[in-house]
Amino acid sequence: MMKRIISATVMNQAGVLNRITGVLSRRRFNIENISVGHTDNDKISRTTFIVNVESLEEVEQLMKQLNKQIDVLKVVDITDEAVITRELALLRINADNKNRNEIYTLIAPFRANVVDVAKNSLCIQVVGTTEKIDALIDLVRQFGIKEVARTGVTAIRRGNSKPDKIEKLIIK
Amino acid sequence: MKVEQQKKELTGALILLDALIENGVEVVFGYPGGQALPLYDAIYDYGIKHILTRHEQGAIHAAEGYAKISGKPGVVITTSGPGATNILTGLADALIDSMPLVVLTAQVPTDVIGTDAFQEADMIGLTMPITKHNYQVRDVKSLKRILAEAFHIASTGRKGPVVVDLPKDLLIATCKRTESVVIDLPGYQPNFTPNALQINKLKAAIQKAKKPIVVAGGGVILSGASEELREFCNKYNLPVVHTLLGLGGFDPDSKLYLGMGGMHGEYAANKAICECDLLISIGARFDDRFTGSVKHFAPNATIAHIDIDPAEIGKIIKTDIPIVADAKNVIAEMLKEPINRADDDQWVEYLFEQRKTFPLNYAKDSEDLKPQEVLEEIFNQTKGEAVIVTDVGQNQMWAAQFIKQTAPNRWATSGGLGTMGYGLPAAIGAQIAEPDRNVFAILGDGGIQMTVQELATIKENKLPIKIIILNNSVLGMVRQWQTLFYKERYSHTVLTNPDFEMLSRAYGIEACTINKKEDLKNMLKKAIEYDGPIVVNCLIDKDEMVYPIVAPGAGLHEMKGV
Repeated sequence: MMKRIISATVMNQAGVLNRITGVLSRRRFNIENISVGHTDNDKISRTTFIVNVESLEEVEQLMKQLNKQIDVLKVVDITDEAVITRELALLRINADNKNRNEIYTLIAPFRANVVDVAKNSLCIQVVGTTEKIDALIDLVRQFGIKEVARTGVTAIRRGNSKPDKIEKLIIK
Repeated sequence: MKVEQQKKELTGALILLDALIENGVEVVFGYPGGQALPLYDAIYDYGIKHILTRHEQGAIHAAEGYAKISGKPGVVITTSGPGATNILTGLADALIDSMPLVVLTAQVPTDVIGTDAFQEADMIGLTMPITKHNYQVRDVKSLKRILAEAFHIASTGRKGPVVVDLPKDLLIATCKRTESVVIDLPGYQPNFTPNALQINKLKAAIQKAKKPIVVAGGGVILSGASEELREFCNKYNLPVVHTLLGLGGFDPDSKLYLGMGGMHGEYAANKAICECDLLISIGARFDDRFTGSVKHFAPNATIAHIDIDPAEIGKIIKTDIPIVADAKNVIAEMLKEPINRADDDQWVEYLFEQRKTFPLNYAKDSEDLKPQEVLEEIFNQTKGEAVIVTDVGQNQMWAAQFIKQTAPNRWATSGGLGTMGYGLPAAIGAQIAEPDRNVFAILGDGGIQMTVQELATIKENKLPIKIIILNNSVLGMVRQWQTLFYKERYSHTVLTNPDFEMLSRAYGIEACTINKKEDLKNMLKKAIEYDGPIVVNCLIDKDEMVYPIVAPGAGLHEMKGV
């Protein structure tokens, strides 16, 4: 099994996310993670998702099937490129007068922020790679986690990266 | 006056009908209902040819038959809810066989969509996986553009069905006539011209090959590349194997012709696939019924795959030379500069010998009426000039084997989906596409009963279809598998049938029954000469088999019953 990060630009039409997840599910691809949002052009959205596949042929087939969708503009496998991946998480954890300061100190190296404080809990916001967020969650588990909300990964290529082999295979 | 005309607003229903005419539509197949009423009211005095079928499934299969034989997109109209859900089978069928259709489904009014209104069904959700694309119209001003896009998408690239869902209020709403529309589909750019590098690779492979074959599929017919294919294969001495949907693409009397390959393919065709060193697939998608076990498929061959759909390449068979383009353009490109082929004819002679030694066979000396000879007789009496439409199962395989297809666009069958009930309504569309040609519907007694109500449509429209029932009172193909693979346990495959002659007459259609071999020639001749539709009920043995057969999961080298 390998994880591939796929980035697709799509027409911002009603139901376009359905079309994408529909292609993935009926061809039995396993999505681990999906996120979607506008680009600078409000007619175009970017969706980023992570799939588990057995081989590169499999991911190539997936990309071709996605490309067949009329509302899909471009599909790129950016796994092997220089990419920046980020995820945002909001964590509500138990906190009281005794340990609040300890929590503040603990999360500081993660550049996480406290965005809400209540009598018995506080809410932390953290942005970073999936690994970083996983590490923070592990660390604050000792206080007792009430709720976790994660956005899923979004990604973008670095400015000076070259397109990789797989992108060239896609004829569109 | 002119200014007044320009100012005049049109209803959505009229804009839609105008758009059909502008897109070259000559006939629509449909069935009215509550939400479709504004459209049907406009059709009442519009003057478009509309065929009222007796079930929406009949309408969509008729449109498929029309598309297959005419090469033009078939158009279907249904009402919302149950009317629309009745066409799902046809959509799946059209998608997998790349049939261009534009399907207009009425929908409940915009303000009640999503409220489980009377006769509401989510057609966008339901048809997303079984259409090439679908639209729900949200503004009457976009109707003309959407229709133009729908026809463009359906009939270009890899052809397929497009659904346009039409909320009732938009059929009534009005807007000014727009003169022209711009199709703007940045995500839809099919590639028509082949890559020069890959063309050169294919040329080099042909030059080198000692045992090349061409596998010609439905894409050859769809791109109108039959002439080019003939020229190409004759010029370079390339033997041709057909897929089920490719029949008619090549000349069956040529020495290079090997017939259909696959599960019920000819011995020589499958032998050629097993032994070739270069396999050039043109417009075929390596369906499992064609390849058998993929592991044993063309094990020694360089694979060149020509397809307009990039997703087909490498999906089933690992490809050495991928060419994404229109088949006609590719073959034309291949013909531009001659390829030096050092060919000693040995391979062609060898396959020709195989075909002579192991032809398709059946017990010709039997005293019983054989389905194969019924079909051969149809071919002989019509001199291969008839349009042949089949249902699915044994009738279909025998028709593919024993009625030679001499020209493209005269053969309509449900390939990928294998839809029983396809044959009778598809023949309606075929006859409308070719009003002056003999059209035969080759059906089983099981399949005809799935869409038998369309006999009324045939009668009403005076369509002189020759309806041949190969009647064995069983679900023949399923029974064959039960015989071969399920220890003759005939679970639910024996049918208690109606009297097909009486049934036909009830619909006002002439009928006859052939049960003796010696009556075949004469009665078939009478049926063909009869001026009008006729049902010919041919009584055949329930244990007649389709041979050869490659068992499911086996390789093409493991043919049985040669």
